[in-house]
Amino acid sequence: MYSQGLIGADGKTHEDEAFLNAFQARIDAEQKIEPNDPMPQGYRKTLIRQISQHAHSEIIGMQPEGNWISRAPTLRRKAALLAKVQDEGGHGLYLYSAAETLGVSREEVTDQLLSGAAKYSSIFNYPALTWADIGAIGWLVDGAAIMNQIVLCRCSYGPYARAMIRICKEESFHQRQGYEIMIALCNGSDEQKELAQDALNRFWWPSLMMFGPPEGDSVHSSQSMIWKIKRFSNDDLRDKFINATVPQAEHLGLTIPDPDLKWNEQKQGYDHGDIDWNEFWRVVKGDGICNRDRLKKRRKVHRNGAWVREAALAFASKHAAQQTADAQIAAE
Amino acid sequence: MSETATPLWEVFIRARNGLSHKHAGSIHAADAEMALQAARDVYTRRGEGQSIWVARSSDIIASDPVDKDMLFEPTASKIYRHPTFYDIPDDVGNM
Ligand SMILES: [Fe+2]
Ligand SMILES: [Fe+2]
Repeated sequence: MYSQGLIGADGKTHEDEAFLNAFQARIDAEQKIEPNDPMPQGYRKTLIRQISQHAHSEIIGMQPEGNWISRAPTLRRKAALLAKVQDEGGHGLYLYSAAETLGVSREEVTDQLLSGAAKYSSIFNYPALTWADIGAIGWLVDGAAIMNQIVLCRCSYGPYARAMIRICKEESFHQRQGYEIMIALCNGSDEQKELAQDALNRFWWPSLMMFGPPEGDSVHSSQSMIWKIKRFSNDDLRDKFINATVPQAEHLGLTIPDPDLKWNEQKQGYDHGDIDWNEFWRVVKGDGICNRDRLKKRRKVHRNGAWVREAALAFASKHAAQQTADAQIAAE
Repeated sequence: MSETATPLWEVFIRARNGLSHKHAGSIHAADAEMALQAARDVYTRRGEGQSIWVARSSDIIASDPVDKDMLFEPTASKIYRHPTFYDIPDDVGNM
């Protein structure tokens, strides 16, 4: 769902100049880099970190919404939410696979998530308190994710770009089902409309934080930009998101909780109020409302599934011959 | 991290009859049957496929990018393998 605000990237690399120049020439010619191609260590490390953070975000992102599947108000909403949460799990799997092409194992990255060493998007450390939050998450959180991910479809690393194309095709349904929930609430009773406004109030600022802190002018000379892993600054994407979302809020008759939000004729976009980056860093560093719960739950699920993984592997090794036969049938 | 690694499989999907199977991505699974099921869940949630192949990633033999020039460069000079190499007068029509 997210990866723009890559946390703690280290693009440092130590190859000789000829190697780096040859690599950069390929990047500048918009050639995709594929798994077995020579690449700088720093490029590999940055991507492993970014793609696995992105994958972890998809997996942890299943929790706030998964919590509401059994309480969805109608069968239609339940089916949609179930499908969306299943998609997020799929996104995590596409992304883990892309990370693995860079030489890291699934077990290693899973371990990094479970031990708390790896980061994931700060947005998923906020609770989904009401049904309206499910609407707001689809509309705003998936909406912000789409802004990030559309650009990542052009990332210089082939497997990441391909995973993003697949993911982007699926995200549009996520945002639309969320917005539809918001429409239904806003056309409902005063109480329902209040729920919708309250969800927007709580999710607006954390959604803006999803793009990561401003990088200043240095961003265009940053290693990720030069390597074309990233193509827009955090602020540029955030502005695009705000410009797209404000009219959608107006259509719902809801108020964006930012008194400083103003149309700027000159830049043909909105100016917004200050974002509380202290809150962002607090949540990233583990002190959000749900950080502990999210990891606790993830660990528990992983632990409870251990016997299944063990049994499956034991069965597989005992039935190796059977397995060959199955593969033949599958190939027909 | 005391757990045994679950094998990796490459997934190929035929979008519809008449097309060949195309690489869709990879999946971890203990055996072929579970790999097929997982591939179906992960890669065909929206009617993307009519048929799935899975193959153990470790069974795939890939060419080395280092050999790229040796393997593929010689074809660049063989332009006579392309139809446009041959001059056919316009009045002959399409050929
Ligand atoms: Fe996603
Ligand atoms: Fe999504």
